[in-house]
This record gives sequence, C-alpha cells and structure tokens, in this order.
Amino acid sequence: MTDARMKGPAGWFGRRQDTAIADAEAAVLRSDRFRLEREADWRRLDAIVSRIEAGRIGAIADADLIALPALYRMLASSLAVARETTLDAATLAYLEGLAQRAWFVVHGPEAGFRGWCARFFGGGWSAAVRAIGQDIVIALAIMVAGTVIGWLLVAGDPDWFYALMPPQPGDVRVPGASRAALHASLFGHAQRDGLAIFAASLFSNNAQVAILCYALGFAFGIPTILLLVHNTALLGALLWLYHGQGLTLDLVGWLAVHGTTELFAILLAGASGIHIGRAMAFPGQNALLDAAAAAGRRTATVMTGVVLMLIVAGLLEGFARQLIDATAPRLALGLAMLAWWLVYFFAFPQVFGSGGRR
Amino acid sequence: MARWRWWRRDAQARPGDIRSRRRREILTAEGLRLPLTLASRGARAAALLIDLFLVFMALIGTTVLLAWIARGAGIDDLAHRNPAAREFVQVIIVVMIIAGFLARSAWFLWFELGPRGATPGKRLTGIRIAARPGRDGAATRLSAEAVIARNLLRDVEMFLPMVFIGGALSAGTDTTLAGWAALVWFGIFALFPFFNRDGLRCGDVIAGTWVVEVPRSRLDAALSLGTAAQGISSVTGAHYRFSDADLAVYGEYELQMLERVLRDNRPDALVEVAETICRKIGWTSGTGDERAFLQAYYTQLRARLETGMRLGRRKADKFDGTAAG
Repeated sequence: MTDARMKGPAGWFGRRQDTAIADAEAAVLRSDRFRLEREADWRRLDAIVSRIEAGRIGAIADADLIALPALYRMLASSLAVARETTLDAATLAYLEGLAQRAWFVVHGPEAGFRGWCARFFGGGWSAAVRAIGQDIVIALAIMVAGTVIGWLLVAGDPDWFYALMPPQPGDVRVPGASRAALHASLFGHAQRDGLAIFAASLFSNNAQVAILCYALGFAFGIPTILLLVHNTALLGALLWLYHGQGLTLDLVGWLAVHGTTELFAILLAGASGIHIGRAMAFPGQNALLDAAAAAGRRTATVMTGVVLMLIVAGLLEGFARQLIDATAPRLALGLAMLAWWLVYFFAFPQVFGSGGRR
Repeated sequence: MARWRWWRRDAQARPGDIRSRRRREILTAEGLRLPLTLASRGARAAALLIDLFLVFMALIGTTVLLAWIARGAGIDDLAHRNPAAREFVQVIIVVMIIAGFLARSAWFLWFELGPRGATPGKRLTGIRIAARPGRDGAATRLSAEAVIARNLLRDVEMFLPMVFIGGALSAGTDTTLAGWAALVWFGIFALFPFFNRDGLRCGDVIAGTWVVEVPRSRLDAALSLGTAAQGISSVTGAHYRFSDADLAVYGEYELQMLERVLRDNRPDALVEVAETICRKIGWTSGTGDERAFLQAYYTQLRARLETGMRLGRRKADKFDGTAAG
C-alpha cells in the first residue's frame, strides 16, 4: 500500500500519511487518532470524486481508478465507525458529505452516451414499446374512433369542418372544393423551394404535440385522450372531404408517406400518456408515487424513440412526399416504413434473441 | 435566561426546525445510512430562473452568430437568385428551428445526465437531482430514463402555463370561462411542488426523482489537537484539567455547540461561553485566555463522552440524566 502511494501523483499522499501517523501518536483522543490515520485515504477519494464530478475521468491515474471501489468501501466503514465513536462534528459532516458524493459517482448515471445508445437501439426501445402493449391497443382504438367521429361529424354537417380545421387564407381544402383543386393540393409540388425548412418546422411542431400528449398523461390520461381524439378527428374530416371527390386513395397515399411513421409516433406518445395516467389512477399494490415513477421511466424510453421517429417523419414529409409525385410509390414507401417499425418493435426479440429486456 | 443564549443561538441541529424537516435518509446497498437534505423551493426557483436566462442568452448568441454567418455568405444575394447562397440560408433557418427545439428540451437533459446531475443554475445554487428511494428507503440509481421523463414534463408545468397566463393577461376582462378554467388547471401543474412534503414537481413524480442539496466538501481541522487541547494555555501557560464532575454537566448537543463557537472564533461569544461554563461548574473565570480554556474543556468533554459512547452510554444533552457515568 505504502509503496504504491510513494509513486507518481499519489506520492503526495504518502508523505502526508507519514506526518499524519506521527501526529496520531501525539493526539490525545482515540477518535482523533482514528481520523488522522485515515485522513489521507479520505482525501485521496475526495480528489478522485472531484475529478469525476468535473467530467475529467481522463485526468485520473489508473491506480486511483482501480482503488476507487476499495476506497469507497473503506469510507463506508470509516463512516460507520465514526458514527459510533467520534463526536467531532466536522469529521462526521465531511464523511457523510463525501460518502454521498462518492455514492453518486459510484452508482451515478449509467454507462455514458454510447453505452446508452447501444442499449436503446439494441432492444431497450422495442422492449419498452412492447411493455406498454395494452396501452397501445387502447390508444389505437381511440385514434380509430376519433377518425370515425371526425368523418361522421362532417358528413352530418359540413360546418363542423370549419370548427375542426380553422380556415386559413389560401387553403383550397374546404367543403365544396372542386376535384381539380383538391387534386392539385396533393400533387405537383416537386419544384417547391425550401423543403428542408418545411421538414424542420414540421418536426418541431409534431414533437411538441407528442411531448404534450405524453406530459398530459399526468392528469390521469384524460387530456391525452382528448388530444388524440381532436387530432384524429381532423384526419377523419380530411378523408371525408377527399372521399367526396373520389380522391380517397390518393389522399391516403399522400398521407402514408410520412403518416405511417408520424401517426405511429403519436400513437406511441398517446399510449405512453395513457400508461402514466392508468398507473396514477390505478396504482394497484404499489404506492402511488412508486407506480407513477415506474411508469414514467418505462415510457421515457418510448418517448425518446418517438422524437426520433418524428425526425424521420419530418424528413419523409418534407422531402419524400414532395419528390415522389404519384400515389403508388407513395403508398409503397409508407407501407414499407410501417412494416419496418412493426418488425423492429414486435419481431425484433425473435430475430436477435431476448435482447434488451432488463 | 441570558446565560443559555449561546446554546440556542444556532438551533439548526434541533428537530422540528425548517432544515431538519428537509432531512431525509437513504439506505445504500452497502447498508450505509446516508442523510440527504432536500433542496428548498427557493433554491430551485432561483436555479430555474438562472437556467432560463442562460438558455435565452444561448439562443440570442446562436441567432447573432447565424446572422453573422448569413451576412458573410451574402444573404443580399437572395434577390439575385444565387442558388448556392439561397440553399445556405435555408440550412441556417433549419439550424435555427432545431436550436429552438433543443433550447426548450435538451438544455436540462444534457446537463442533468452529466456526472454532477445538475444544470448550471442548479450548480450555482448548490443543488442536484437524485433518484428518490423506494418506500423501504433503499437508494436507487439515477437512470437516463428518469432524467428524460422529468424533463419531458416541463412542457405542461412551465411552458403551457406561461402561454395560458399570457393569454389570460392579454385578453384582460374578455377572458372566457374556458380560459379561466385552463388557467386554474395549469396553475395546479405549475404550483404542484407546494402541495407535497418533498417539494416534488410533476416531473419528479413521474420520474421518481427529487432535488437535494450538494453536500459541503471541506474537512475542517480537528479542534482537539495541539497544545491547547492538551489543556496547556499558550498565553498564560496555565494547565486546565477538569474533574469528572465538571464534565458531567454537559452532553453531546452542548459539545457540538461549543465546537461551533470555537470554529466561529468570535471573541465576544468566546467570553460569554467561558463565563457560562465557569458559572455552571463553579470555577472563577479569569479573562484573556478564554479560547485555551474552552479548547481544553471541549477536548476533555469530548474524551469523556466518547469513552461513554464506546461503552454504550450516550448523553444527548445536559438534560439527559441516564448516562451519568
């Protein structure tokens, strides 16, 4: 032990240790001898913890990193002994503070960004999605119901269309529009400028809606359900409008390019919100706070994925939809994306073993 | 009553006061009880304001930088339909939109995922986030998911209430019933930390986290070392030695207070405390050598109480008569 300390950066502690032991022999109190004999190790741990806290892991000598677990255990036992034998408030406060900081470092946030990415894409994400399967079914049912409601409302009274979709100047998509006008709104934007800006703003907007959908789950999921119904009712109204002019399939193709990804993402966000809402309304055997926390952690993984999916959807909507100008390839792309997500989420563990479930 | 003022002056360690109401304990996997102090709501509000200010400044900085780059790239060329410049401006606008999104979502996430578990605002106010222990008090690890979850909730807690309150203010007396309802509804989210014991905000509830104070990291020198502690005054050369009966009057609480007085080292407090102790144990107090006297008394009182501790006898304070060893 002493040999290792005399070398390199640890040598400083070595000298200090020697003088400390000399002091210890002169100390009156047994608890002071205890402190002086161990103080060098405490300070060494303190220095390591400070460096890790500052994010300078590279600046720590290998010998120190190897010694970290042993130093931490030593500190834990020092604290346990000190609590029973010393009345020096300074020592106790220092040991408790250092133990707390060392605990955060030793059991701190896990495995860095790369390790987290590997776990996330390598099965953590799909496992989290499967874990909220029930809620996905509920959210899907709500979204389908919302679409049907939107359709029926507008079919019964076209004025509903304006209520659902506040009229914007220059928007041709209103009840009574001609087939040609509606057709033109779906095709022929290939020369359009600024697709990248369009894609980025779509993403930003959709991501806010998805996060809102999730966060409102806190109020027992009810606002989440309302938000889902409102957004899909719009979809139903649009379907009704284009159906009236025999353009249903073209609209579906136009929507499918990005819609399979975007609606899937919103489905997952809604399901996450409902999951939290259910956990808080019906915590079952657990304490309310524990149930909420477990649900929140599970769905946070899903939500990270949702934001990534919305980036993909924004790119598809901004670029692919404008650049592909026919219904058949649009449908093919949309269905291919849907198939990809379904395979990734639900068939993944069968392909790669039982990856990811923690 | 004035005699006892110095015991009472700093009552931080007494149960029932504000600080100890914020004390919590977690039990680590090593079987160690670790005390934590929850962050005060004031410190958290201050941290939030600092962070919002920094985010705002970062956004302005980004905007200025991008505008400068755009000017350098010849934004005036737009009129001349220079395709390269136009594409470049598009890229800049995309960067702006993404920076806006990141400012709202990623600032808190990035810093709280770091080894300190704190945003710059939290670091300045000396607080950090930590995982809340389960009901049995067992400490849990702060996971990336928890940090993500607590920050996703910021939207309903902060940005939406701001939008609605702003809307209600601008509408003035025209605010509709629905507007008021929304205001109350989001007010509940925003004021959630005031309605629970641990000061949790909605995001903390969902993520299973709480916000705690970062412990102080300085080790003060021991007061019981050196010649003064051995009872020998360096000023007068007097040798203080107290009998068992002299030391039996005080307990651990008074010892801690004495330690604090010695560390503060304020002359008037030293005199007052020395007089108090002398009266209590029936010594006649001299003047000018209070510090040496108190240091000697501190060391010998600690020696006596620690010996008692080793034998399983503790004396909490001067009223505690059970350990009259």
